[in-house]
Amino acid sequence: MTVQAPIEGHNDPLGAEEMATTARRPRARRPPWWLWAAPVLILIPVLVPVAALFLRVLGATESAWATLFSIRTAELLVRSSLLVVLVTTTSLIVGVAASWILVRSNLRWKSVWGVLVAMPLVIPSYVIALSYLAASGPRGLIADLTGVGLPVASGLGGAWVALTLSTYPYVFLITAAALRRIDPSLEEAAAGLGAHTWRAFRTVALPQLRPSMGAAALLVGLYTLSDFGAVSLMRFDAFTRVIYAQYSGRLDRTPAAVLSVVLILIALALIFGEERTRGRSAYYTQRPSRPLQPRTLRPGARAGAITFLGVIVILGVVVPVSVLVAWVVRGASLGMAVSVDWGAVGGSLVASALAAVVASAAAIPIAVLAVRYTNRATRWLERSVYVTFSLPHITVALAVVFFSVNFLEPLYQSLALLVVVYAAIFLAQATGSARAALLQVNPNLEEAARSLGKGPLAALRDVTVPLIWKGLLAGGALVFLTTMKELPVTLILRPTGFSTLAVRVWSAADELFYARAAASALVLLLVAAVPMYFLVIRNREYVS
Amino acid sequence: MKRVALAVVVLTLVAAACGNDDGAGSIEGSKITVYSGRSEDLVGPLIEQFEHDSGVNVAVRYAGSTELAATILEEGSGSPADVFFAQDPASLGAVALADLLTELPPELLEVVPAQFSDSNGRWVGTSGRSRVVAYDATRVSAADLPTTEDGFTDSVWKGRVGIAPTNGSFLSFVAAKILLDGEQATLDWLKGMKANASPTFPKNSAIVAAVDEGQVETGLVNHYYLFRRKAELSDVVAENHFFEVATAGSLVMPAGAGILASSSQQAAARAFIEFLLSEASQEYFASETFEYPLRPGVSPYEGLPAIDSLAVPILNLSELATVLDRATDLVTEAGL
Repeated sequence: MTVQAPIEGHNDPLGAEEMATTARRPRARRPPWWLWAAPVLILIPVLVPVAALFLRVLGATESAWATLFSIRTAELLVRSSLLVVLVTTTSLIVGVAASWILVRSNLRWKSVWGVLVAMPLVIPSYVIALSYLAASGPRGLIADLTGVGLPVASGLGGAWVALTLSTYPYVFLITAAALRRIDPSLEEAAAGLGAHTWRAFRTVALPQLRPSMGAAALLVGLYTLSDFGAVSLMRFDAFTRVIYAQYSGRLDRTPAAVLSVVLILIALALIFGEERTRGRSAYYTQRPSRPLQPRTLRPGARAGAITFLGVIVILGVVVPVSVLVAWVVRGASLGMAVSVDWGAVGGSLVASALAAVVASAAAIPIAVLAVRYTNRATRWLERSVYVTFSLPHITVALAVVFFSVNFLEPLYQSLALLVVVYAAIFLAQATGSARAALLQVNPNLEEAARSLGKGPLAALRDVTVPLIWKGLLAGGALVFLTTMKELPVTLILRPTGFSTLAVRVWSAADELFYARAAASALVLLLVAAVPMYFLVIRNREYVS
Repeated sequence: MKRVALAVVVLTLVAAACGNDDGAGSIEGSKITVYSGRSEDLVGPLIEQFEHDSGVNVAVRYAGSTELAATILEEGSGSPADVFFAQDPASLGAVALADLLTELPPELLEVVPAQFSDSNGRWVGTSGRSRVVAYDATRVSAADLPTTEDGFTDSVWKGRVGIAPTNGSFLSFVAAKILLDGEQATLDWLKGMKANASPTFPKNSAIVAAVDEGQVETGLVNHYYLFRRKAELSDVVAENHFFEVATAGSLVMPAGAGILASSSQQAAARAFIEFLLSEASQEYFASETFEYPLRPGVSPYEGLPAIDSLAVPILNLSELATVLDRATDLVTEAGL
């Protein structure tokens, strides 16, 4: 649940960066200082506490070592790595297969399939986990319907399934975008030379897809490593679950801090790995010279493709939604109070909307700095935005809570702090769209405004912002959606008396009150589906 | 002119603050923050009732008791909390031992028997939760159950005793065992349970369900989960067994409440605790949460033995805090 793919932006699936390099004119001018104000103000409340967390652990070296031994950190590492490897593998297979079918084949209703296949993006990992838990087991839905009690889908297997379903849409979106940029004539040539579909795919398309698959794999790996909701409901002792157990079950908070530091270091290693892969890989920027010729599937292959897509849509969308609905009905028929907590709905809406506004506003100066004043400092700024985005959320939450209680007392447990932390960790999503939008604005327009006597602020306000407005809106919608799904930061940093749908779902599911959890989860999906719809429609290119 | 106005404002504020501290009738309209380690489902209705009766506005932070105790320890004297309402004595003890709770007035402490409150009067027990053995009465007879938890490490019980090793109540029980029997004996017991392949569960309710559904014959739980199940289902076969020898296995863990020494809302906070100890609230605990009311004269839910008939081990409850983290370590060390 923690790391989200920036659908636009950092991974730069459209290759906008390369196209822009030639169009961008080098600037000698230094950026006005105030452009730095918003980004720095947003990032400091996260990055300084994270640094302080390292200091706290360094300051308690002895008990830190004791923790690492007593908690069996090695076992923890093995378990988490195993989960990461399993989820990444299945997610890649499912995502690449789906994108190849939907980009290259002549299947009908491709745009409908595309929307359905990407749909689990809108479902938080802990909701998928909840639905599989509520369906299985001796008292689960399946046992009720068929009389055959399945074993409870918990532990490694459950976490594996839930996280694969949560992450394959990212692989799908990234590799579909990449496939669309790869010239199909090579594959066609291979086919012309007698290679059958699978061979053409394996020997021609797959090597070309490798860079984007690498990026997608690291993204999925980071997501899995950082996920808190699914592993905790599935009771799989991965890093995040153990950190939370130490945080909530011990009076001494050093063990939680120590494990957080270890997890941050692992995540940073992955991020660094991702940067290196991106550095080496060539992103294919040329658009195909002519429209794609969709490959005609043989009847057998067509049936196979439809079955495959059908199964993933059933597992990723149909099962979760229908299980939730069935539990609500079941709960209501047993006379349980299955009501909507309007306070939590309000909490989710307010917090997510504020986070979206703050992140979009801060994205404007970042995009301007990154696009118009590219230099070492602005590149570091972009990098910090991305690193902040990739840090496991539970570690950010702990770092901020430790720091704010000691040094930011007026902001401690405040909505303002919660919103700023949301905005900081999801800033990359807002920046991604803002940047992509700004790259399409000719700098001469701003120059013209300046030469007509407008100051830099006025030029930004009257020329740039109106032109990138749509990009800001899309980025804001993405931040809204991700904030709504966010769990660990909300759980730990929320103000007293403040509840959100995510918290309601998680705590009810954790107490095994499935009917109540299902009701909140359905409302969450309804509210989150709106921005998702908006995003999908706007970014049709990805799915059609 | 301005100065006069300022002085008036200051005087009014001082008067208001003093008023809050003294007069019992002046708490109406005041606001307190309660850190509640008891879940919203359990105590939400009670808190609403208190708000309605007293006119005090209550903001509640719901989380685990230990988590909230650690939070208060980290917050220190700057804690926004006025009242700490916790599920277990170890969490209350941790905050009390750090001198962050104020001593409660005797009229509150006297309501419940002294053994269920802090020995220095810094928190008071509000309801009791007894450790018991839940057993499947169709397969096990109460007479065959051991007299203390130590009997369960015997190979006769291999695979037949469900436990929830990461659960807060189990950890309180382990902490009590450390205080009563020593660390080594406790570790040996935990290892014995591990060696006996005792099935583990995430929480007490799952154990009671498993016992009732025939998946495991017995389990170590708190007494009220059985009654919660009976309230929902008609054909429950599981029963509770109370150990007749006073050991950690027959611990009665009071949930309780204390007032933060740093609170500026002492009067309203006292009113809140007074409300929790009132007959109406005690009856609520008896009938809605199936816990033991601690106020003498209020009877427990029907079917429960009287609390003074139980073999309750004698412990300084706040001291549980000193070994709570150690209990977690031992559970990990035993491999549970």
